[in-house]
Formats: sequence, structure tokens, C-alpha cells
Amino acid sequence: MKERVREAGGPGTLTDDPVAPDASGTLPDEPLAELAARYKLRPSAARPGVLGYAGQLWARRHFIVGFATARNVAMYTEARLGQLWQVLTPLLNAAVYYLIFGIIIDTSRGVPKFLAFLITGIFVFNFTQRAFITSSRVITDSLPLIRALPFPRACLPIGYVLIELQQLVMSMIVLAAIVLGTGEPLTWYWLLAIPALLLQAVFNVGMGLFLARLGAGADDFGQLMPFLVRTWMYTSGVMFSISTISFLKARPTLTYLFQINPAAVYINLMRNAILKTQRDAWPGSQPYNTAKCALYDVKGMNLENSAYCHGTVTMNQLWLYGAGWAVFALVVGFVFFWQAETRYGRG
Amino acid sequence: MAELAPGTTITRGSRGEPTVIVDDLHVVYRVYGAGGDKGTAATALMRVFRRQRRPGVREVEAIRGVSFVVNHGDAIGIIGRNGSGKSTLLQAIAGLLPPEQGCVYTSGQAALLGVNAALLDDLTGERNVVLGCLAMGMTPQEAKDSYQSIVDFSGVGDFIEYPMRTYSTGMAQRLRFSIASAKSHEILMIDEALATGDANFRAKSHEKIVSLRGEAGTVFLVAHNLAEIESTCNRVIWLEKGKIIRQGYDVPAIVDAYLEATGGEPRRRDTPQDAEHSATP
Repeated sequence: MKERVREAGGPGTLTDDPVAPDASGTLPDEPLAELAARYKLRPSAARPGVLGYAGQLWARRHFIVGFATARNVAMYTEARLGQLWQVLTPLLNAAVYYLIFGIIIDTSRGVPKFLAFLITGIFVFNFTQRAFITSSRVITDSLPLIRALPFPRACLPIGYVLIELQQLVMSMIVLAAIVLGTGEPLTWYWLLAIPALLLQAVFNVGMGLFLARLGAGADDFGQLMPFLVRTWMYTSGVMFSISTISFLKARPTLTYLFQINPAAVYINLMRNAILKTQRDAWPGSQPYNTAKCALYDVKGMNLENSAYCHGTVTMNQLWLYGAGWAVFALVVGFVFFWQAETRYGRG
Repeated sequence: MAELAPGTTITRGSRGEPTVIVDDLHVVYRVYGAGGDKGTAATALMRVFRRQRRPGVREVEAIRGVSFVVNHGDAIGIIGRNGSGKSTLLQAIAGLLPPEQGCVYTSGQAALLGVNAALLDDLTGERNVVLGCLAMGMTPQEAKDSYQSIVDFSGVGDFIEYPMRTYSTGMAQRLRFSIASAKSHEILMIDEALATGDANFRAKSHEKIVSLRGEAGTVFLVAHNLAEIESTCNRVIWLEKGKIIRQGYDVPAIVDAYLEATGGEPRRRDTPQDAEHSATP
């Protein structure tokens, strides 16, 4: 071997090919695609069908849960207080919003038990907000993982929503304590919080998948996302009751649109489940009474009387909208994400 | 395939059938933030008005028209200088990087044991082992069953209870290799997975590769350690700037040609298994 002739170039030079590119007879004559078909080889970056993809996801369910739990544990390892931050974060959030919207700017507008009302809204919206923002960055953030291991990519946005859900469970315990502390009674209605959260989680997964694909293309979208979400928050009745906005009173269609927007739907489902004062004041929850409704219309501040007005969206309809949004988001988001499955690895 | 471990079963196909077909493969990376303009908001705004494409976006053609057919039982070494596209080629075969043009056909899911098999640095070794197993598609029970052997093989000892960010490069690599090799794969690709291990671990992992090769139908190996290539592979592909310079079954000849072209001395082969004589450390 040692006597081999140097074919071209000196040592260390590769500016022109040292040896002509050489197939050395290893390529067969027939087109490679036909050869692959004959031996039933499949493209390595092939995308399975929608149902096949769902099956793959189901097979990796343990990975998704493990990934979410691990990320959750890892989140506070550098902090001295460690996992205590899971409780402290929602508590501090509640304190800040109460300071601003409860004390400095008085937006209570006659909403009974405003603190409980406000914090419920913030915690529920925060779940969707965080899920949206993290999902829109999940592909860019996880490129090393995507380029290292083959797995259905939808695991990642789903895992991220699961992380937020696990955080939310902690927030919910804090919330329950605050709500009971404000004098709201503990009733069987509280159990409705569970299906409400599940529907919201499904909605978040669907939207998370949708946003993950949008965010995978360019980072600009991830930068824009916090602003979009914040605008959404201020129009979803997180810090105020949609029923108290005087601008909306003469505009039933607009009120209707405000009430059926998914964030408002999930927030109100939760409020009606755990806050008796809200349940009692929900428009349409009492038989129509012109005199009492007029009292609400005139004064505008006496929210309890709004129960005697015609409801724009009844409580039962609220559940239908909640389920509808969840299914719609899941189907659209899942298909949209799946369509680009093979393209996520590219930077 | 002289070292095919006895008693191993090859799950699919027989020797000589193609398992991987790479058909005119092109892979392009899009790199954002590569230099170009002054990078201020004002220049960015001007660009938007003039409807110019972002100059910061560069396209890097990492693989430029590569075709080859790999048969069952082949162990292919891939050699080439840094940045010649070796790792990219493996990622494309594994289906992790989408091709820009052309196609890769495989008989099954190809598993890639890479240096950057991403694990979570903030988590303990234990959690990483379990998570890695689940990511490879094991059930929780299988992950539990393989746990002890993975930890034993990695030899990280008590460090398994520490977060992975406290590991040395070599230790992290050992743990990654141990996790990735816990499962047997039909097509196995090893990308510099052993570069930073100590001598003891290199010997151990060489044995492991040989036995994995027995179980897997086809093995790809990227290494700068040419002794490792010669002792493990029956075929070699030499890549340069995303193109195949030479390929074939005459491994020593191609390795020598590669060494000459890159300015190294031809390898002495008096003691072929001796890692001390490798061209690159």
C-alpha cells in the first residue's frame, strides 16, 4: 500500500479534486427509486398518514409525560427555593395583579368578590398564554433534540402544554385557598373545574400544535406572540366582567362575540364552577324579570341583577362552546402540524 | 463482517439485499444571523422597504448530490475532513434532516448514536437514562429493565445521581453512548460517539459496537480514528465538501489516499488493532 502513487495535489491541498469522483461500479444501472421500490424500502423522511401519526404519538405517550415531568423538575433546579417556586410564582402573580387592578386602578365595577374573580381569570388565562408562547418557540428551542432522535415531533408541543398543565395544577391549589379565603363556599360545583380545565388543555394542545408550526418557520412569529397574547388578554374579561362594559350593552352581537371567544369561555367556565357569586350573577341564570334587569341596566354596577336579564350565552351554551373550540382547535392544529412533519429538522 | 457475534439473529433481509439507498441527496442548511450588514434596526428597516431578502440568511449546501447503495451486512466507514458533511449525511439517512432534493430510502428506522444526542443537562443521570429510553420508543417497563445495565456500562458510578451539567465531557459521552446502545437497531449509525472516552471505555465500546453490528443489519461509522474504521468497516466512503471523492470495499487503499490528500502519513499497519497508531487523536 505504501507505494501508492499520489494521484494529484500535494499533501494538504484539496482545492481541485485529488481523485475524480468515483462510483467504482457500486451504483446499479436501474434508477435508484425503482430499486428502492423493488426491495420495499421507504423514504427515511416519510410522513405517515394522519391516523398513523396519531398512533405513533400514542405509542410515545410515556415519553411525552416523562419529558414534561422532567422539564418541570429541571425548571427550578438552579433556584435555592427549588420547587417552592411552583407555588410562589402563581402567588406573586396574583399579588401583582391585585395591586394593580384591585387597588391602584379600581376595575371591580361592582363585581362581587373581585379578588377571587380576578385571580381565577388570571390563572386560567395564564395557562393558555404560557402554552401559546412556549409552543410557538418549541421547534426552534428543541432543534438539537429533533436532529438527534427520531420521534413524532408533535410530542414536543404536546409535552410543553403538559408542562403548563402541571404548573397549573399547583396554581389551582393556591387559587382554591384564595377563593375559600375570600368567603366563597366549597360546593359540588367545584368538580366542574376538572372538565373545564381538560377542555381548555385540549384547546391549548390544538392551538399549541398550530402555533408550533407557524413558529418553526421564522423566529419573528415567536417575537410577536407575547404582544398578540397580551392584547387577547385585555379583551377576554380577565380583569373585568364583560357584562359590566357599558360600551357593549347596546351591542348584543359584539357582546356575543366577546363571550364566545375561547379565552372568555374557559375563564367563565372556571369562574362559574368555583365562584358562587359569579354563578348567581350570570346573565340568564334567573327567570327574566324586567324590573330587576332594568335595575342592572340603569345602575350598571349592580352585577347581581344581571342574572334576571336575557343571557347572551347561557351556562349550558358555554359548555358547548368550550367543547366545540377544543375539538376544532385539536383537529385543525393536529392536521396543520402533521402536514409539515418532515420539515421540522431544518434550521 | 468478520466479527459478527455468534448466535445473533438478523431480523430482516439476507446479506446482499439493499437496506439503505441514497439517491442524489442534497441537504441545505439555512443559517440565520450570518454576517452581511451592520445589523442595526435602521438597516433592517431599509431592507424591508426595498423588499430585499435578508442578507443574514445564508444557504449552506452540506451535501451536494450523493448517491450510493448499501447492502445488508455492510459496515460503512465515512471519512472526510471536518465540515465535509459526514454528520449531516448520517442525519439525513436517519430522517432527522429533510433533504432539499433527492431521497433516502431505508428498510427500517435508522438509529443514530451521535455526540449531541441531546439530553437534559439540568436533570440527573438517572432521569436522563429513563427519558432517553422512552424517547427511543421503549415502554416504561423496558426502560426500567435496561436501567441497571446502562448505568453499569457507562461507568459513571455515583455521578448518576448528579445533574448532567456537572459531568465531564467524557462522562456525558459515555452515558449517552450507553443509553443509545441499549436498544438493538436494524440500521445503526455511530457518529464520533467514542471520541472523548478514555482508553478503557473505548475498548468496552468497541466490543459493544461489534456486538451491535451483529444485531443490526447495517452499520455506519463516522470517526477520525482511522484505526477504528479499518478494524470495524468493510467499506468506506470518503466525503469532501458534500461530495463523494472515493468509495469502495478496498478500505486500506482509500484510507491511505485520504491520508495523503490531507497531508498525513500513510498508516503503519504492523499492529492494526493498536489505537496508539491512529492518525488523528
